[in-house]
Amino acid sequence: MATVSLRNLTKAYGKTRVLHGLNLEIGDGEFVVFVGPSGCGKSTTLRMIAGLEEVSGGEISIGGQVVNHLEPKDRDIAMVFQNYAIYPHMTVRKNIGFGLRRAKMPKADKEKRIEEVGAMLSMTEYLDRKPAQLSGGQRQRVAIGRAMVRDPAVFLFDEPLSNLDAQLRSQMRLEIKKLHQRVNTTIIFVTHDQVEAMTMADRIVIMKDGHIQQVGTPAEVFHKPANIFVAQFIGAPSMNLLEGRAKGQGVEVAGRKIARATGVAEGAAVTVGIRPDDLLVTEEAGSFEGRITVLEPLGSETLAYVDIGGQEVVARADGRNPPALGAVVQLSVAPENLHLFGADGKAIR
Amino acid sequence: MSEVKASANSLMQARVAKGPRDPWAVLRWTLLAMGAIVMVMPIIYMLSASIKYPFEMYDLNIIPKEPTFENYTYVLSDGRFLRWFGNSFLIATLTTISAVFFDALVGYALCKFQFRGRTFVFIAILSTLMIPTEMLVIPWYLMSKTFGWLDSYWGIMFPGVMTAFGTFLMKQFFETVPDDFLEAARIDGLNEFQIWWSVALPLVTPALSALAIFVFLGNWTAFLWPLIVTNSQDLYTLPVGLTTFSVEQAVEWELIMTGAALATIPTLIVFLLFQRYIIRGVAMAGLKG
Repeated sequence: MATVSLRNLTKAYGKTRVLHGLNLEIGDGEFVVFVGPSGCGKSTTLRMIAGLEEVSGGEISIGGQVVNHLEPKDRDIAMVFQNYAIYPHMTVRKNIGFGLRRAKMPKADKEKRIEEVGAMLSMTEYLDRKPAQLSGGQRQRVAIGRAMVRDPAVFLFDEPLSNLDAQLRSQMRLEIKKLHQRVNTTIIFVTHDQVEAMTMADRIVIMKDGHIQQVGTPAEVFHKPANIFVAQFIGAPSMNLLEGRAKGQGVEVAGRKIARATGVAEGAAVTVGIRPDDLLVTEEAGSFEGRITVLEPLGSETLAYVDIGGQEVVARADGRNPPALGAVVQLSVAPENLHLFGADGKAIR
Repeated sequence: MSEVKASANSLMQARVAKGPRDPWAVLRWTLLAMGAIVMVMPIIYMLSASIKYPFEMYDLNIIPKEPTFENYTYVLSDGRFLRWFGNSFLIATLTTISAVFFDALVGYALCKFQFRGRTFVFIAILSTLMIPTEMLVIPWYLMSKTFGWLDSYWGIMFPGVMTAFGTFLMKQFFETVPDDFLEAARIDGLNEFQIWWSVALPLVTPALSALAIFVFLGNWTAFLWPLIVTNSQDLYTLPVGLTTFSVEQAVEWELIMTGAALATIPTLIVFLLFQRYIIRGVAMAGLKG
């Protein structure tokens, strides 16, 4: 186990800068997920921590030691790749044991360690098979096993679940989470899937264009997004954003005053964010009135796309008795569930 | 049983329904058959001539009137033939091992490492493919003379210890090896040579096999350079040695054909065992060896 620190970390390819001074402290045994859209720099950051990319500027420390100029093998890390990177010409046993080649331990101890890891990942009966004879999920377990066997200080996962189908992905998510609870090693996990980030992380690092947008627990980034990007990126369906204007200590949207806003200049443009889960279709008088344009039945609930004064929002309606398509409905939202963002996109607290 | 009959009937009906054969298909097959005949005829003639007496040599009949295996007995009992066979085998084997090793090493470096001048080195290697052997023998000869390699095994072998074609072939194959494998091995603590040896090479086994076959066959049948660089009959390779059956006064065609027939045996064995690798290798490299 070890802490990981990034201090003013930058990366440039020629004149193109892709990371702009990242600062982050990752605690001992913490499960941190880097999430963001393609090209945001999350995988580059992970590869720099692994030593597979050179650092252009700043410092990376693992366990208190600056590792900028250390070879990957000397960083006491293990990495699981998106394409598993398990060697097709070796059996599962040899793949898992590959990381122990440098370990100075008796052969019997190595075998015992391989068996232990195999058992931990429920792969004992597949140890003598070749990767081609395994399913996608089993291959992913072998990749994890190969990382685990060396008992590294930090595990690095580079989008390891993106090649799996939806069912297997949720199963592997659970297994990795259980594994972390058991071994309690520091994990840095990269994904573009916000559901993976929300369900697995102790803390989430949300990135965009080489900048960290917000670092926080899943609850924090969901309930208190730092800016419009985070608000829209986290949560599915995305947060509704409505254009409003500050007026008399409040915000007016689609002709209705719906929220209190302090510290905002009179007449200033304000973006109001409402999670679809917080916007309910009701029969009583609500905050907004609009016409339903699309219905998406999901079983327990129905998502209703509602046009309010030319702006479309997504609201939650009852799954058993959904409203009719084209109906004019009332939408209500509790004031504490409103998110306000200024003209610069940052949250107004 | 009745199901089998029914399916056979339906197959026949389908054929009948198809009507007369496609004339283009007939033309295609005819051309292919002619090509096959052109290719196979010299081999058939070689085998036929190897079991003929000299008096029958200039008859074009395929089946000899008086077939004999005396030519084989004569050639095999001549110590020189076995010596040349051994020389060819030794030279082809050592050159193959060397070429496969160095071509794979250089191909890997050109494919997987970023360094200044990489493209220039690759183009320089590739450009040597465009120079015919007949032109290269002059610098080869001058080199051999300068370094004292004339009339030696090393003199015969040195031009083939690394090949431009092999380097190109291996580079193309290493492109298909994902970098993740190499990076995983790097994290696991292997040095660059170990990564190449333990991880990258096993992943390109088909290419290695194809290259080994190309190089072996090329060296087994090489004639011009071994003829130029050797003087002693003891160092002759098989193709060079066979020419000694042809002297000013007479050409012993039956012995040349017998020697040639025996010489094709290793190449036939190699081809039959590894033909799928040859085809895959050629398809991958996009050119012929």
